[in-house]
Amino acid sequence: MKTSDNEVSAQANAREARVKADRPAEAKTSDNEVSAQANAREARVKADRPAEAKETPTFLLDGEEISFTPGQTIIQAATAHGVYIPHLCWHPEFKAHGSCKMCTVKVNGRFGSSCTMAAQAGMTVENRTTELDDKRRTLLQMYFVEGNHFCPSCEKSGNCSLQATAYELKMVSPHFDMFYPDRAVDASHPDILLDFNRCIMCSLCVTASREVDGKNVFSMGGRGLLGRRIHISSESGKLADTDFAATDRAASICPVGVILPKRKGFAIPIGERKYDKLPINRQVTEVTP
Amino acid sequence: MSDNRTIDAVLERHGRDGTHLVQILREIQEQLNWLSPATLTRIADGVGWPRAQVSGTAAFYSFFHTRQRGKYCVLWSDNITDRMLGNTDLMDAMCKKLWLEPGRVSEDGLVSVNTTSCTGMCDQGPALLVNYRAVTGMTLQRVDEMAELIRRETPVAEWPADWFAVQDNVRRAEILLAGNFAPGSALRAAHQRAEVDGLSASNNRSFRESLPQGIAGPMAMLDEIQRSRLRGRGGAGFSTRFKWEACRNAPLRADQERIVVCNADEGEPGTFKDRVLLTSYADLVFEGMTVAAYAVGATRGFLYLRGEYRYLLEPLQAVLERRRAAGLLGKRILDIPGARFDIEIHLGAGAYVCGEESALIESLEGKPGRPRVRPPFPVTNGYLDQPTIVNNVETFASAALVALHGGDWFAAIGTKQSTGTKILSVSGDVARPGLYEYAYGVTVRQVLADCGATDTLAVQISGPSGMCLADDEFDRKIAFEDVPTAGAFMVFNTSRDMFEVARNFSHFFAHESCGFCTPCRVGTTLVRNIMDKIANRHGSPYDINELFKLHRLMQGASHCGLGNTACNPVFDTLNKFRPAYEHRLLSLDYEPAFDLDAALSEARQMTGRDDAGAHFAAHSPDEAKA
Ligand SMILES: Cc1cc2nc3c(=O)[nH]c(=O)nc-3n(C[C@H](O)[C@H](O)[C@H](O)COP(=O)(O)O)c2cc1C
Ligand code: SF4
Ligand code: SF4
Ligand code: FES
Ligand code: FES
Repeated sequence: MKTSDNEVSAQANAREARVKADRPAEAKTSDNEVSAQANAREARVKADRPAEAKETPTFLLDGEEISFTPGQTIIQAATAHGVYIPHLCWHPEFKAHGSCKMCTVKVNGRFGSSCTMAAQAGMTVENRTTELDDKRRTLLQMYFVEGNHFCPSCEKSGNCSLQATAYELKMVSPHFDMFYPDRAVDASHPDILLDFNRCIMCSLCVTASREVDGKNVFSMGGRGLLGRRIHISSESGKLADTDFAATDRAASICPVGVILPKRKGFAIPIGERKYDKLPINRQVTEVTP
Repeated sequence: MSDNRTIDAVLERHGRDGTHLVQILREIQEQLNWLSPATLTRIADGVGWPRAQVSGTAAFYSFFHTRQRGKYCVLWSDNITDRMLGNTDLMDAMCKKLWLEPGRVSEDGLVSVNTTSCTGMCDQGPALLVNYRAVTGMTLQRVDEMAELIRRETPVAEWPADWFAVQDNVRRAEILLAGNFAPGSALRAAHQRAEVDGLSASNNRSFRESLPQGIAGPMAMLDEIQRSRLRGRGGAGFSTRFKWEACRNAPLRADQERIVVCNADEGEPGTFKDRVLLTSYADLVFEGMTVAAYAVGATRGFLYLRGEYRYLLEPLQAVLERRRAAGLLGKRILDIPGARFDIEIHLGAGAYVCGEESALIESLEGKPGRPRVRPPFPVTNGYLDQPTIVNNVETFASAALVALHGGDWFAAIGTKQSTGTKILSVSGDVARPGLYEYAYGVTVRQVLADCGATDTLAVQISGPSGMCLADDEFDRKIAFEDVPTAGAFMVFNTSRDMFEVARNFSHFFAHESCGFCTPCRVGTTLVRNIMDKIANRHGSPYDINELFKLHRLMQGASHCGLGNTACNPVFDTLNKFRPAYEHRLLSLDYEPAFDLDAALSEARQMTGRDDAGAHFAAHSPDEAKA
């Protein structure tokens, strides 16, 4: 079988990955060292020269030089430059969650999540390569089969990050067998509908409710494919029994069609919605939604 | 006692501290049998945490029941080694006896029977848990007797004691399993060494933080660990000295302390050596933790014990008590003023991922065991954001011996890159399953000879996430530089089907994926489904390519080691035992997973029919005639 050589080395990589993932101190020192060096260099530069001439650190992203402020993640630096790195669970207003893995890039030849990895001077980052986009397409297909997504009847269609990203990555079919999971719809709240059939487990609602609204209405609980889901902070498990309000930040944060306002169906017609106008890779600096 | 008083008593005992949530949930469930919605609300109010977080955490752990469970909850260990010992037939027999379907609580609410991931009794299976108590050596006769006791509602505490007996099965001992360790001797040796040469060694390191008050010589201890070249026994083989030193050098903020955590989650199927170390060598392990605390300047320790080993809780607490009384733990260790360190035991609740060190720390903090984004690493930002070392049970046991005999003594054992010894948990097709301790560098072939393995087809080393070796690789050596292992050594003879081995492991990973990251959450289930499709003779070469594709995605993109290694067994067996897959494949290029006849099974069940007329007969002309 012709794949076997590749596979063998791929396997070696996987082992190495596990070993590396388990190597705190080493990785730590080197990361620190590099960024400490970068910091030191920057400090020196700042001290030595007049402010106009200050040298900002840069890295290469698909061959393009991207400057960054130390402390920024790769995706933050790219976004600031208007460069699109596909992502679903990252939102510029919040600390990265790191779960969707759509933002996976190759840094100096190794895979990493660009939403959690700090940018470092001199690194070489691959982003929109065939290899990475193929992986991203597979991840998208995973989302489409693990939930129940029927875009034509979904209020979010046209404003949906998942759908827009699928267009961007030219995903034409779900590829895998559908799981058709049994997921709940919660229509208990007077102003908000929750349709968990479309949840992509990004946890943005959890973070927004906790950090912006100060309410902790949601929590991501359970385990695994069937178990993991949003839990709601009431004994009944119903949204109506919480202090959730339509004006909460969490009410507008969902990148897909789970958290929807009631009585506002198709106020903006299909065809005139956010991603109908411009593809997602050209709205990089727009905050979603 | 009313439910509320039971709940409040547990909450009080834990100071209404939410970081104890996993322990609170377990203790309350032990008394109330399950965690009802009202119970969860009272706990959430009691600790002042959002209710969704409490229910979400309860739902994360397999051993917590948020729906009413049977009075008796029987869980059959479902590792491949249990399968090889016939657990499937035994479980079927039990279900028949009790008029049950697996996974469902009987209508009278009396009992449920299901499977669970490996319970760490592979050398004495088939094993099970009854109300989370370990039972070993199941036979058909025991199934009958057990069913009878359940039907008569005899309390588990009155069941025959020998069912709960767990053997050590130590077959080969070197330094760790020799069993001649005197409690306190390693600590004394470490302390004495300091007076000889340790103080000067530490004084030379002025950049390091000053030594903990009253304890001299941590640097000397670190130097011994460095000389020993000890590497972690939990699988990754990370240098113990680097980890300890990084923790020691991590700055402390006000009100912080350094933490030592012993990882006794032992969830990797086929591994059971930590169970034996904690059963009969607990002093060695606790002394190793204390030595570590001494070296890194820690004052608080945790033993994270997997829920399957619940029966070890009281004996281990007794050992801790004895050590406190002997001045080996507590506020004045070895009578040195200010030498303070103590150990708490936290029990897991059925989640393999909690063996991953950052997930373990999350669990210690009362949360779902979800691996953290790293960096930062535990050595700087661990338990409650404090500098923390997490080491395997066997690593601490080895460290105790390094303290006792010195680093040079230890480094003289094993190979250059792998010093000391390794305990292997041997199970499967062997005459003498159990623990075998070897100096690193032993060949697989030697181990096979010693445990009485014949006609060996393959050995799965280090569990499902490790590697599968075929017979042309038996001269390879157990060592970090060749075949690294966390300890599992599962042997398969030529009568075994390696496809079924890999399929069993694919079910394990799908069940244990924490669900945080997409590639692992969905990928492990896709792999499991493809393996089932091939097992059902609906597979084609297309599916093999799909397996390779998923392997490539998951090993690069997953968030933690679970997803990164989840395809290893499939990948290894595909490469080394390809015919086991191929003879199951249809020769077609593509075959749908959908099976018309199988789709009717639910209708058959509802109508109670299973005659030929209730089947699609396309595949078999015989059935059509009948
Ligand atoms: C999914 C997963 C499960 C793990 N399970 C265990 C375990 O049960 N016991 C263990 O000691 N290490 C386990 N580890 C490794 C730990 O993360 C960690 O590396 C180890 O406890 C460090 O100890 P050591 O340096 O002494 O080996 C696991 C890792 C992963 C990714
Ligand atoms: S949430 Fe997005 S992807 Fe899912 S159905 Fe709605 S529009 Fe389609
Ligand atoms: S409900 Fe929406 S915001 Fe919340 S986790 Fe699901 S997809 Fe993300
Ligand atoms: S955007 Fe980085 S993991 Fe989701
Ligand atoms: S880290 Fe748990 S599913 Fe990937």
